[in-house]
Amino acid sequence: MNEARQIRADHLAIATRVPQGVRVLDVGCGNGDLLALLKSEKGVNARGLELSPEEAGVALARGLSVIQGDADSDLEVFPDNGFDVAILSKAIQQMRRPVFVLQELARIAPEMIVSFRNFGLWQRRFSLVTSGRMPGHRDWHHEGALHPSTARDMIDLTSALGLETVAMAPMRGDHVGAFRRTGLSRLNWGADEVILHLRRS
Amino acid sequence: MPDTTRVSLSDVKQVTLPSPLPLDCGEELETVRIAYETWGDLNEDKSNAILVCHALTGDQFAGSPNVVTGRPAWWPRMIGPGKPIDTNRFHVIATNVLGGCMGTTGPASPGPDGKPWGTRFPVITIGDMVRAQRAFVEALGIDSLFSVMGGSMGGMQALEWAVQAPEQVFTAVPIATAARHSAQNIAFYEVGRQAIMADQDWCDGHYLAEGRRPGRGLAIARMAAHITYVSESALKRKFDRGLQDRDRASFSFDADFQVESYLRYQGHSFVDRFDANSYLYVTRAMDYFDMAARHDGRLADAFKGTPVRFCLFSFTSDWHYPPQASREITRALAAAGAEVSYLEIESDKGHDAFLLEEPVYEDALAGFLSANADLRGI
Repeated sequence: MNEARQIRADHLAIATRVPQGVRVLDVGCGNGDLLALLKSEKGVNARGLELSPEEAGVALARGLSVIQGDADSDLEVFPDNGFDVAILSKAIQQMRRPVFVLQELARIAPEMIVSFRNFGLWQRRFSLVTSGRMPGHRDWHHEGALHPSTARDMIDLTSALGLETVAMAPMRGDHVGAFRRTGLSRLNWGADEVILHLRRS
Repeated sequence: MPDTTRVSLSDVKQVTLPSPLPLDCGEELETVRIAYETWGDLNEDKSNAILVCHALTGDQFAGSPNVVTGRPAWWPRMIGPGKPIDTNRFHVIATNVLGGCMGTTGPASPGPDGKPWGTRFPVITIGDMVRAQRAFVEALGIDSLFSVMGGSMGGMQALEWAVQAPEQVFTAVPIATAARHSAQNIAFYEVGRQAIMADQDWCDGHYLAEGRRPGRGLAIARMAAHITYVSESALKRKFDRGLQDRDRASFSFDADFQVESYLRYQGHSFVDRFDANSYLYVTRAMDYFDMAARHDGRLADAFKGTPVRFCLFSFTSDWHYPPQASREITRALAAAGAEVSYLEIESDKGHDAFLLEEPVYEDALAGFLSANADLRGI
């Protein structure tokens, strides 16, 4: 498939955290955009897990190795330390068992890149106060974030799971800020979405 | 197909293997003939060959009508110009398995004394079938296959190829299959075998010499097996409790229900085209199939360091070889570090879904083959 695809800003940002030639597992890889990028730019050995057979089929047609399955239950197919980096992009809050999924990722790879929506963003904080409704979440009873969390909530959890924060970056729309090791308070206040680079410690 | 195009069984395309075939049981088959069919051209460097392996009751007529029985091709949705297994790009080969009855050496073939082998034919395995196919492919002058694929028992052969000859297989596509026969699989096939052997006309396996055929037993075997190929929801959708050509139950043992009439038809139409002893031998080969057993129960060890690129498919309502069986293979392959893709297709058509219209599955297979053909420079 040669049609030009718009490369997403968060994918480019994630790619900067992935070393050349490593083994990468993208959990929730969708149509394989990120894996294809990592393969061409970083020469990685790319594998994906994707819930939708249609999306997995598209990824397959790009020559990617994709296993169709549910991160909540199917990560067990991957062996311990089978990968160098595991990526979970915009999916952790949709998982039924986020703790289990993070533990599984840490079992599969020593380094993880996790991106998620930050409910600590100041507009969301005010939105709840002023409107009395869940921020950015009008269909709270539908699918979507089952586990809304702030950046601080997430880092509390990953630290408790023994994961060290290597770096974190704020993201809003097409703009991704620089990765930094510190500055959680500012990030938690100002970031629409967050990309975390974690390492098993 | 009109009857005029039919040929006799001895006139199907065949190759006689150049040397005797050693078998897992310790015996050797002196003369083995392999019946086959091909579609699409072999390219100059002979790199575009795909071997399509058939299921229990299939044959080499995967991509074109059976010239002996007149039955349509069994995989016409997949094989052909512009189809997922694109014959404009690939050279597609299908053989009749060892032990089969569509021209390849099996229990109905003449034995060393000129009389039909019958049950004197040695018990064969999936490994033997693949060894025969390998000798056959070699006889065609093809060093390596771009892909080996198949559903059900065909999937077992694809797995077996990848393990026996990993360097000669670029991709393997095992569909709706398992790395071992489960107790339930063995149980259902044992019912079938017992039905055949209980038929008076089976004559201890020598019915051909006696000029008889155990049609009733074979039909029952087919009926029992056929139930496992369709899902409960498909049976309900097609028949539910509908009555056949009547308004009320007859209070007899006639085929009152549509599902009975359907199964009887499946059974009866099968006996005209299949040999009862072949059914015994081929089901037995499947029962003995257990890839992990050869590696101390560790399936991943069977695939250690494999260069083969795998793509597996299963279907949610398949209870013959359920998704769990494919997931086990996928897990073993992932643990062995293999390039593996796996799709579990949402379908209510049961095991037979692999032969039927399932767009997601067809598109994914087409995509996998075409992406890997690019990689291979085909």
